[in-house]
Amino acid sequence: MVQTAIPSTTSGAATPGWPHRHLLDVDVLTVDEVVRCLDLAAEMRALRAAGERPDWLAGEVVGLAFAEPSTRTRVSFEIAAAALGAQVVELPIEASSVTKGESLADTLRTMELTGVGTIVLRHASSGAPYLATRSCGSRIMNAGDGTHAHPTQALLDALTLRDALGELSGRTVAIVGDIGHSRVARSNLHLLTALGASVRLCGPPDWTGGFRTWRGVSVHHRLEDALDGVDAVMALRVQLERRAGGGVPSLREYGRRWGLTEDRMALARPGAPLLHPGPTNEGVELTASLAASSRSLIGSQVENGVAVRMAVLSLLAA
Amino acid sequence: MSRFGSIAAEPVSLLLRGARVVDPAAGTDDVADLAVHGGLVVDAADLPSGAVEVNGAGLLAIPGLCDLHAHLREPGDEASETVASACRAAAHGGYTTVCAMPNTLPPLDEAARVAYVQRLAAEASCRVRVVAAATRGRAGEAQTDVGELAELGIVGVSDDGAAIASPRVARSVMAYLASVGLPLIEHAEEPSLAGGAVMRSGAIATRLGLAAWPSSAEATIVQRDIELALETGARVHFTHLSTAAALAEVRRAKRDGLPVTCDVTPHHLAMTDSWVAGERRFAWDIPLDADLPRLDPERAYHGSTRLNPPLAGRGDALALMAGVADGTVDAIATDHAPHPPERKLVEFDRAAPGIIGLETALSLGLAAVRAGCLSLDALVGAMATRPAKLIGEERSLAVGARADVTVLDPDATWAVEREALASASANTPLLGMELAGVVRLTLAGGRLAYVGGLDGLD
Repeated sequence: MVQTAIPSTTSGAATPGWPHRHLLDVDVLTVDEVVRCLDLAAEMRALRAAGERPDWLAGEVVGLAFAEPSTRTRVSFEIAAAALGAQVVELPIEASSVTKGESLADTLRTMELTGVGTIVLRHASSGAPYLATRSCGSRIMNAGDGTHAHPTQALLDALTLRDALGELSGRTVAIVGDIGHSRVARSNLHLLTALGASVRLCGPPDWTGGFRTWRGVSVHHRLEDALDGVDAVMALRVQLERRAGGGVPSLREYGRRWGLTEDRMALARPGAPLLHPGPTNEGVELTASLAASSRSLIGSQVENGVAVRMAVLSLLAA
Repeated sequence: MSRFGSIAAEPVSLLLRGARVVDPAAGTDDVADLAVHGGLVVDAADLPSGAVEVNGAGLLAIPGLCDLHAHLREPGDEASETVASACRAAAHGGYTTVCAMPNTLPPLDEAARVAYVQRLAAEASCRVRVVAAATRGRAGEAQTDVGELAELGIVGVSDDGAAIASPRVARSVMAYLASVGLPLIEHAEEPSLAGGAVMRSGAIATRLGLAAWPSSAEATIVQRDIELALETGARVHFTHLSTAAALAEVRRAKRDGLPVTCDVTPHHLAMTDSWVAGERRFAWDIPLDADLPRLDPERAYHGSTRLNPPLAGRGDALALMAGVADGTVDAIATDHAPHPPERKLVEFDRAAPGIIGLETALSLGLAAVRAGCLSLDALVGAMATRPAKLIGEERSLAVGARADVTVLDPDATWAVEREALASASANTPLLGMELAGVVRLTLAGGRLAYVGGLDGLD
């Protein structure tokens, strides 16, 4: 492994003055900041591909506080932090610590005092990272809060789309599924519209309500309307526990009306890529053959996840 | 200097000279002298020598405020508030009567418990009237002994915190209440539509990713109870209505001559769901075409904005205000709901619902008057005269009336801070804001309830 010093390029940690102490959502980022973030992530990806190991976070303690089950995001952050030379610790912030009477604020303050500089927080309550920044002095990285935001997912999706389509300005992206309960969709809405793309949301009424007032967003209930001529399609994971009374009569009915197939994808622009934040329910929101097809960028999303998380961790610590 | 008194003390003799006296009962609004002696409003000529004289120039004298809905938290949650501290907060806010809601621990569902609160209140700074539980344990099943409770002077029954969920139980409670002459005070929230939700549905809840309940959850209970009032002849009072839809039902029922009344809270008039995102402009200052608010990291998802019913949109807030202005809304009631920090400085969806209101209600009302949303007469009518009448009390500044009087400086400002509050709790999103309207003197039955910063009395 080659030890790499901070590169003196125009992007990333080398440039001082990243103005944000925390990353709670992408809504506070300017277009320039998003671009800088994506450029740095691309740089990280290249460094990793070259087997280089930047130690920009040497001496830094990154704590993973996952109060909600997660495998992909936690592992991705862990690899990203370790790849930058940080010490990674798991923070004991089970959902059960709340029932034991210890508040989130108390837990995080304790972590700060033990020397954790950056807390990567995953929490079932929307807005928990905002409470976290008001409760302790560590940097807070939102790794998904309730149904509110998942900023690193949106950034890795943007990087994946930028690789596939080039500039996103003027592009149209369809997001299909349970938008209302999706933190991935919300952060993507902010980021895609900020970058100049327009977004079509598609799903049953209960899953798409409340979004009509968002700028750059249209809501469709017919999948054919949403897919017609779009540049890219993003499918969301259907929460399997949502059955009757939860927005759709049945998963079978959902699949019939909103499930993505290769035939339906033919309505989109030729070659339009398909994204999915994973894990997929094949046979529900998309077919197995579509997930395995050349349109599918699901694998790239996972790879870009590590690079994007390396980028944001180093930007916050800069 | 400020001082709290007791309703058990001797009445004061006092002459307030040259204040603007607003009395909705008489329909008067004049600069005048106001004399108080022996617990009554008297003719200045009948004051004994030695009565205190106070210069009222620039001050406003109004009938003592009456709150139909306050949580005094005693018994059971004395760390949040006690009867004594709530009554000090009330007197500090200009109230001479507060109605104590029954969702204490244990709930006020039997005579001994009601009498216990009444004993605690005997020497408090203002009068306390008790609302008893509608059902035992507030469980929504067996009705409380309303006849016996009525003998203790309760003003109504309520399972506040929840509606009586079962239409059958609600009907039987109301049918029996009709024989006692007391109202059901209903918290209109259909649990199967609202369960688990922490915000009002709309663009803001969607923006924040918070579970939200639709207006229909309120309107369906209001519709049901209006039908039951028609059928049983019972009075029903809807408390803390929060939506235009529910208010429209009440307006229709009143037009039909049904015994239906309602109150709204100062915060549902002044605040909107965008306060959960960090907005701090009052509803009437938010433009119609306002964009979705940016999340303010210092304020977004703050537990102090978690209320039940949840804050609604600008349109609902302004519709409620119009209801106060046209009289459809009978009262502005605080729903004063003290909570300690450990129940508020937590994740939004885990925060206990409610905010304190006794000490900020009048300032919020005055802000609405200043903004041109309400006349001063309508405000005082909704905060004093009309709620008092609903519970059988009188508010009048005419000679011979019981001296429930609040004197305030409408233009003086105060900073809402922990230290400025007499309440044992400080859970309000107004914390850190500056409000106009400072109470200088509160007299309950001629007794000094509160005095602060008044030349001649401190």
